[in-house]
Amino acid sequence: MPTRLEPAPVMVERMVSSDPASSPSTSLESAPVIFDIRGLNVYYRDFHAVADTDLDIHQNEITALIGPSGCGKSTVLRCFNRMNDLIDGARVEGRVLYHGIDLYGPAVDAVEVRRRIGMVFQKPNPFPKSIYDNIVFGPKVAGWKGNLDDLVEESLRRAALWDEVKDKLESSALDLSGGQQQRLCIARAIATSPDVVLMDEPCSALDPIATYRIETLMRELKERYTIVVVTHNMQQAARVSDRTAFFSVDVGTQGQRTGRLVEYDSTDQVFTAPSLKETEDYITGRFG
Amino acid sequence: MQARNVLGTSAPLDLSGDPRRLRKERNVRWLFLSAAVFTILVSVAIVLSLVGEAVAFLQSIASEIDEGLGSLMADGWFPRRDRFDLRTIIWHTLSVSIIAMLVATPLGLGAAVYLSEYARPGVRRVLKPVLEVLAGIPSVVLGYFALRFITPDILRNLWDTAQQSNLMAAGIGVGILIIPLVSSVSEDAMQAVPRALREASYGLGAKKWHTSVRVVFPAALSGIVAALILGLSRAIGETMVVAIAAGATGGSLLQLNPLYGGQTMTGAMASLAIGSDQVAGGVAAFQSLFFVGLLLFLMTLVLNIGSERLVRRFRQRY
Repeated sequence: MPTRLEPAPVMVERMVSSDPASSPSTSLESAPVIFDIRGLNVYYRDFHAVADTDLDIHQNEITALIGPSGCGKSTVLRCFNRMNDLIDGARVEGRVLYHGIDLYGPAVDAVEVRRRIGMVFQKPNPFPKSIYDNIVFGPKVAGWKGNLDDLVEESLRRAALWDEVKDKLESSALDLSGGQQQRLCIARAIATSPDVVLMDEPCSALDPIATYRIETLMRELKERYTIVVVTHNMQQAARVSDRTAFFSVDVGTQGQRTGRLVEYDSTDQVFTAPSLKETEDYITGRFG
Repeated sequence: MQARNVLGTSAPLDLSGDPRRLRKERNVRWLFLSAAVFTILVSVAIVLSLVGEAVAFLQSIASEIDEGLGSLMADGWFPRRDRFDLRTIIWHTLSVSIIAMLVATPLGLGAAVYLSEYARPGVRRVLKPVLEVLAGIPSVVLGYFALRFITPDILRNLWDTAQQSNLMAAGIGVGILIIPLVSSVSEDAMQAVPRALREASYGLGAKKWHTSVRVVFPAALSGIVAALILGLSRAIGETMVVAIAAGATGGSLLQLNPLYGGQTMTGAMASLAIGSDQVAGGVAAFQSLFFVGLLLFLMTLVLNIGSERLVRRFRQRY
């Protein structure tokens, strides 16, 4: 159970952020803000994993979270759909407003949140079931009543996997290649018609060709969904994302490592003219 | 070839090793080998003696009893009256085992799902050892529990026709006895399901219930089936609870109603062995003990082989 310090604000009227610290300075046309994160701190028991992070996520954009290992970018991502709830001893403080509702508020059910905010993981993790059953799992547990066959076809088409698997929908998902499995996981995530798709290093277990296909797919998917992607691969962030958030690690006196957001801007800005030396060092490979 | 050693003197390079150490390693190897061989020999000896005495039993009833082998299908199991009806004791064993599984399956699997999926780590740290203590209760204690509590306080309140000793009470007692086995083995199987599968399920908006039942349970099915079969063979072989609570120490007629007393295979063997049915030197009666023992051995063997097959068929890769 996450604990909160502050009471949940009810429907904050703040769809577009005016906070200069968390908004890109350059000319990305301002899409509506979906996630408005203020003063986010995450702890695992005594370990302070992420400190004082403010971040806006904009609709139908791809936002990349980059940074060295242990900088808390995955931890931040997992606050967006309350996956941190599953970790014993995890504690989230601050506000994670989703369409103005605090996801960590008392009246919010994590299950309801995850039906709107889907997730794709680092290592492809299809269920040991058929391809078909993988896709229909989410809609079925949500009690969705509709034509499952159509849903399976549509989801697989959107994930650019339909042509490869249409003749073997009943065979095991584990017989697919790694790249196909990851596209299946994307199809499975969008089958529940989410609003946002979170991707936690979705290509780190894939070869370059499979990676290329996933990146192409991400650009197509952002027409319909808002995507937040954590990546270790800076070229990937540069290639696919509209905005980039650079996280770094502060090492404390006793060696405790706490992640924090260093710079957040349009991807063009971060990669061509970062405002901070620390970002530039990381981007150019002098650090991390 | 000569090499210079650390002292700077040149002695012949010898890599053949210390002979004393080599001898010691050989001896240790023999020690462990003989332990393994001894265990195998004992098992073989047990099976051989079972088979030998069982054959002797068949020969003696064929030659010395009027009904011959027909006494294996006589009216009831009364060894001292030369009536060795196998159907009676096999059916009683089955009915006790079925009742035991009806108790242990829902409770054992329910406890396993709770411990693996629902319990917080702190709760699990306390509950798991408690459950394992239950496994350490001597079965003779559970036998008296069945006799003095389950029958008078539960069964007789539900059905006043229940006899003082009955198969139902014994079945419930055996069921309680095997709950820890079923839950502990199946909980291990569920814990072995990778975290990534649970995250996939929760990430799709599945509740705990759906994650447990549709993801974790099927992925752990092979281990769960193994747990149930292990429980079943334990139930078939359990002796003390049925000897005390199932009753009918002097022999028994075939009882289809589990509320009446009856001898199971193990119960029959126990009363033959301790002489509570007052077997007075009847050779065939005493030898029947080995014959029933061989049957029990074959039943559990078939179950174990069957479970191996089932486990392999159900195994989900993950």
